[in-house]
Amino acid sequence: MELSYTVAVLIIPVFMFLFLGIVGVKLSKKTAGILGTLAMGVTTVIAYAAAFTYFFGTEQGQVIDGVRQQLTVLDLTWLEFTKNLVIKIGVLLDPISAMMLIVISTVSFMVHIYSLGYMDGERGFQRYYAFLSLFTFSMLGLVLATNIFQMYIFWELVGVSSYLLIGFYYTLPAAVSASKKAFIVTRFADLGFLVGILILSFYTDTFDFISLTSDPQAAISTAGGATFLGCSVMTWALTLIFMGGAGKSAMFPLHIWLPDAMEGPTPVSALIHAATMVVAGVYLVARLFPIYAVDVTALEIITVVGAFTALYAAAVACVQSDIKRVLAFSTISQIAFMITSLGVASPELHHGVGYMASMFHLFTHAMFKALLFLCAGAIIHAVHSNEMSAMGGLRKYMPICHIAFLIGCLAIAGIPPFAGFFSKDEILVAAYAKSPIWGVWLSVVAGMTAFYMFRLYYKIFWWNNPDYGHHTPHEAPMTMTFPLIFLGLVSIVAGFIPFGEFVTSNREVYEIHLDWTVAGTSIAIAVVGIALATVMYRKENNLPEQLANRFRGLWTAAYHRFYMDELYQFITHKIIFARISKPIAWFDRRIIDGTMDLLANVTNSASFAVRRMQSGSVQTYVWFYLVGAVAVAVITIICLI
Amino acid sequence: MLMYIIPSMIMFGCGIYGFITRKNMIAILISLELMLNAVDINFAVFNRFLFPGQMEGMFFSLFAIGLAAAETALAIAIVINVYRAARNVDIRQLTKMKF
Amino acid sequence: MIWSNILIYFVIIPLLMLGGLALCKNIKQVRAVATVGATALMVLAIYLVVAFLGLRAEGNTAEMLFTEGSMMWFEPLNIHLALGVDGISVVMIVLSAFIVFAGVFASWKMDPLPKEFFMWFCLLSTGVFGFFISIDMFTMFMFYEVALIPMYLLIGVWGSGNKMYSAMKLTLMLMGGSAFLMLGILGIYYHSAPEGGQLTMNILEIAQNDAIPHSWQYFLFPMTFVGFGVLGAMFPFHTWSPDGHASAPTAVSMLHAGVLMKLGGYGCFRIAIFLMPYAANELAWIFLTLTGISVVYGAFSACVQTDLKYINAYSSVSHCGMVLFAILMLNTTAMTGAVLQMLSHGLMTALFFALIGMIYGRTHTRDIRKMGGLMRIMPFLGVGYVIAGLASLGLPGLSGFVAEMTIFVGSFQHADMFHRVFTIVACCSIVITAVYILRVVGKLLFGAVQDEHHKTLTDAEWHERLSTVTLILAVAAIGCFPNFFSSIINEAAEPIMRLFA
Repeated sequence: MELSYTVAVLIIPVFMFLFLGIVGVKLSKKTAGILGTLAMGVTTVIAYAAAFTYFFGTEQGQVIDGVRQQLTVLDLTWLEFTKNLVIKIGVLLDPISAMMLIVISTVSFMVHIYSLGYMDGERGFQRYYAFLSLFTFSMLGLVLATNIFQMYIFWELVGVSSYLLIGFYYTLPAAVSASKKAFIVTRFADLGFLVGILILSFYTDTFDFISLTSDPQAAISTAGGATFLGCSVMTWALTLIFMGGAGKSAMFPLHIWLPDAMEGPTPVSALIHAATMVVAGVYLVARLFPIYAVDVTALEIITVVGAFTALYAAAVACVQSDIKRVLAFSTISQIAFMITSLGVASPELHHGVGYMASMFHLFTHAMFKALLFLCAGAIIHAVHSNEMSAMGGLRKYMPICHIAFLIGCLAIAGIPPFAGFFSKDEILVAAYAKSPIWGVWLSVVAGMTAFYMFRLYYKIFWWNNPDYGHHTPHEAPMTMTFPLIFLGLVSIVAGFIPFGEFVTSNREVYEIHLDWTVAGTSIAIAVVGIALATVMYRKENNLPEQLANRFRGLWTAAYHRFYMDELYQFITHKIIFARISKPIAWFDRRIIDGTMDLLANVTNSASFAVRRMQSGSVQTYVWFYLVGAVAVAVITIICLI
Repeated sequence: MLMYIIPSMIMFGCGIYGFITRKNMIAILISLELMLNAVDINFAVFNRFLFPGQMEGMFFSLFAIGLAAAETALAIAIVINVYRAARNVDIRQLTKMKF
Repeated sequence: MIWSNILIYFVIIPLLMLGGLALCKNIKQVRAVATVGATALMVLAIYLVVAFLGLRAEGNTAEMLFTEGSMMWFEPLNIHLALGVDGISVVMIVLSAFIVFAGVFASWKMDPLPKEFFMWFCLLSTGVFGFFISIDMFTMFMFYEVALIPMYLLIGVWGSGNKMYSAMKLTLMLMGGSAFLMLGILGIYYHSAPEGGQLTMNILEIAQNDAIPHSWQYFLFPMTFVGFGVLGAMFPFHTWSPDGHASAPTAVSMLHAGVLMKLGGYGCFRIAIFLMPYAANELAWIFLTLTGISVVYGAFSACVQTDLKYINAYSSVSHCGMVLFAILMLNTTAMTGAVLQMLSHGLMTALFFALIGMIYGRTHTRDIRKMGGLMRIMPFLGVGYVIAGLASLGLPGLSGFVAEMTIFVGSFQHADMFHRVFTIVACCSIVITAVYILRVVGKLLFGAVQDEHHKTLTDAEWHERLSTVTLILAVAAIGCFPNFFSSIINEAAEPIMRLFA
C-alpha cells in the first residue's frame, strides 16, 4: 500500500520515548530537547504527507462514487483471543483519522518547540520530552486504530502518559494528587468502555471498526433484541462505551479530574488537556457514529450529557480566579459542544451536519485552545503565578502574547472571521435543526463563553496595573513566541477550510452553507457577552464584586464548582474507603483470619489441657494408676457378682 | 498365712500412701523400699505355704533384696547429686528439667 | 532411560547446586554456585522452549512432549517418575527459571547464614520444577510438599517481624490444604481405571480412562480444588498469604508469590479440572463465586493497608483469584488468560517483592506513612516500582493488560448470563487496583521526603539492578509480544477445554 509509511508516525515517537527514557539522563538537556523536537518535526512531516495524500491523492480506490474510502494501511495481529476476536495493531486512514493526524502532530510539534523555552532549566527535562513522545505515540495510535481494542490499548496509554505528565512535578503534593485523581477517574470511565467493548464484541463477534460500522443495522440486530434491566443490550454497550469517552473528555459528572490536571506543566495542559487527549471521547463517538446513529436512546443520552456539561462548565468558568482553571472549564464546555453536536446529528437532518460540525469544531478548538493555553503559559512564565489577581495591564509588557491571546478569545467567542465562528455556527445549525430547545440552550452557552473568555482577557491584559516590583514581566523567548504566532495564524484562517468536503458522517462531500439567521444571532450573542465583559472588567472597578455579593450563594457555589469535588471526596473517602475497604480489611483480619487463628488456638489449648496429665510427676501417675486399678477391680467384682 | 499377708498388705498400703503423698525424695525412696519389702514378704510367704516343695519364691525374694540394695544405692546417689546441684530434695521444687 | 530426557535436569541442577553449596566455604563460593546454577536453569529453560517449539513445528501434536523414559518408583501403587510437558508447563518452567535467577541476585547479600539460605532455596526450586515436569500425581504431590516445607525454615529463620507466627501459619494452612489434596489424589487413584483395570497415578492415563464415577467426582473435585486453592490464595483460605509474605525474606517472597502460588492454579486445572470435568462443570459456580469474591475483596483490602508487603499480598490475592476465576470459566480463551495471568502475576509480583525488599533494606521500614519522596533519592528503584505498579494495574505494553484482557474477553464469551455478570464484577477490580497502586506510588515515591535520614540513602547496586531489569524485560516482553506466549498456551489449553465443549 502506498500509504504504509504512515506507520512511521507511531514508530518514531515510541523509539524516541525509549531512547530518551533510557539514555536521556546521560544526554545534556539541550540535546535531549532538540532531539525530541526534531523527531517530532519528522513525525509531523510524515503525518502531513499522509493526511494530504489521503485527502488529495488520486490513487485508485481512495474515492469511489464521491465517497472517501476507509483505508486499512496496516494490520498486524497482536493478540488472538478467538478466531474472530483478534486484537490487531494497525493504521486506519479515513477522513477523521487523517484530520486528527494533522491536529495532533501540529499541536504536539508546537508544544515541543514551546517547551524548549518554557521548561528550560527544569529538573527532569529529558524525562519531560520522553513523556511527550510517549503521549504523541499513544495519541496517534489511538486515532489510527483499526479496531476498538487497539483504541482501548492506546486509550490506556494516553491515560498513563497524562498521569505521568500531570505528575511531572512529583515533589508537589498537589500535582501528585491531581495526577492520581485524573488516572483513577478516567480509569473508572474506562471500566465502562471495557465492559461496553465486551458486550459489543460478545454480540457482534468482532472488534474491527470497519466491519462494525459498515453495516450498523446488522451489528445492532445481532443482539437479537436481547435486553438487560429493561434496556436493549446494544444501548447498554454504546452507553458504556460513551462512558469511557465521557471520562476522557471530562463530561459531567466525570469532569472533576480535568481542572486539577492543570497542576501539570502548562504546555502539557495545552497538548493533552485542551487539544488532543480530551477530545478522544468525541473521536470515539465519531468513530462508532454509524452504530450510534441507529441507536437513538444512546444518542439522546449523549446529547443530554453534553448539553448539561456545556452549561455547567460555562457557569463555573465565569467565576474562577485561576487562569488555567478558567481555560480548563472552557475546554470542558467546548468539548461538550462537540459531544452535543454529535448527539443531535442524525443522518436525515442536513446529511448529519452535526457530525461534520463536531469534527470541525474539534479541529478549530484544538488550534485556538492550544494557543490560549500556550499564551497562558507565557503569562505564567512571566508573572510566576496562576492567579488573575497577580496579573493586569500585561498588554504593555507582552505585545505578541496579547495579540495571540486576543485572537484566541475572538475565535472561541465566535466572532467572524476567526475559526471558532464557523465551526460553532455549524454546531448551532445542527442543534436548531434537531430541536429549538437545544439550539437556544447552546446559544446561551455560547454567549457565556464570550463573556468569561473576555473576562479573562481583560483581567490579564487590562484591569489594573499591579506593582510587579523589579520582576517586570517581559515577552517570552523566540521558542515560545513562534508557536503562538503560528497557532494564531491558524486560528484566523482555519475557519475558511471547506471542512464539509473532507469530513462528513457518510464520508460524502457536503457543502457548507452559512445559515445567516443562526450566524447572525450567534454573533449578536457573542457581542453582547463581550460587551458585558468589557463593561465589567476593562478597568478596575467594584462592579464584579458587587454582583458577586448580590448573588453570594450562586457565586460561592459556582466558585466551588457546585461542590462536585466535595461530593467525590465524600464518596471515595467516606464511603469507599471508610465504609467498604476498612470493614473488609477488618473482616479479613478479625473474622477470616480470626477463624484460622481460632482453629489453631483451640488445638493449642486442647493440647495444653491434655498436657496437664503428662506432668512428669511419678506420684501423680501412681495415683492415676491406683485409682484405675481399684476401679478395674471394683468393676470386675461387680461384674462377677 | 493370713497372719503374714495382712502385715505385708499394710506395709504395701503404707508404701503407696507414702509414695503418693511424700514430697521429700528420701521419704519417697523409703516408701518405695517399703513396697518392695512387702512384696518380698509375699514371695516368701506364698512360696512357703502354697508350694512348699519348691524354692523359686525364696530365691526371688533374695534376688529382689539384692536388687533393692543396688537400686537404693543408685537412688541415694542421684538424690545426693540432686541435692548438691539444687540444694533441695523437695520434688515440688525440682522442675527445672521439665517442659 | 530417564537420563536422556532433558526435563529431569530441571530437578538435577538444583540438587547439584544443593550439593555444591554444601561444600562451599565462603560467601563468594556460595554466590558463584548459585549464579552458575540459576544461569544454567535459565539457559535450560530457554532451550526447552526452543526444543518444544521445534517439535511442535515438526508436527508433533501429542498432548505432552518429552514423555520418554518414565521410571518405576513404587510397584505396588504403580507410582512412576513420569515426565512430560505441554505448552502451559513450558511457560511455567520458564517463569520459574526467571524468578529463581532474579531471586538469586535479589538475595546477593543475604545475612546471616547465606549458605544455608541458598541450600533451602535450591530445595524449594527443586520442588517447584519437579512439580511442573511431572505427570504422575504422586510425584507431583511429593514435589509439591518438597516446595512447601522449606518455606517454614526460610521464613522462620531469615524472615522479619512476627516470623515464627507467620511461618507456622503458612505451613499449617498449606499442610491443611495438602491433607485435602492427599485424600483427593488417593480417591482419584482408586477410581483411576475401570473395574478390574490397572490402577494408575499417571494423569494422562487417568484422563484417557475417564473412569471416575460422577458421584465420586462430586466429592473428589472439591477436595482437590480446595487443596490446591489454598495455595492459590482462594477466599477464604488466603490469610496465610499476607502474613507469610510480610515476614518472608525478599527472595522467598519472590519465589513464593511468583511461582509457588502458581502451583495452586496449575494444580487446579491439571488435576481437578482435567481429571474430573463432570464435577467441574457442575460445581464451578460455587468456586466461581468464591474466586469472584477473592478478586474484588483482595483489591478492596489492599486499599487500606499501610505495609508495602501487605498491600502486595492482598493484591496477589486479587490477581491469583483472577487466575482461578478464569480457569473455572472452562473455555480456551479464559484458560489461556489464566495462564498468562499466572505468568504475568508471577513476574510482576516477584518484581514488586524484590523492590520492596531493596527499599526495606535501605529504609528499614515498610510502613508507607513513614516514607515519601523516594523517587528523587533512589530513582532506579522508584522507576522500577512505578513500572511494576503500572504492570499490576494493567497498562498495555506490560504483561498485566494482556492477561487481564484475555481473561475478561474469554470469560465474557461464556454463554451463561451469571458468568458474564460475574465477569463484569471482576472487571471492577481494575479500577480498585489503580486506586491502591497509585496510592502507594504517590505516598512512597512522590511528594516530599518524610524522613531526613532517607536523604543519605543510595540507589540500587549492580546485582539489584540485574535482578530488577531481568524481571522488567520479561514483563515487557509478554506485554509487547503476547501472541507468542498466548499461542503456546492456547494450543495446550485447547485439548483440556475440549472436555467441556
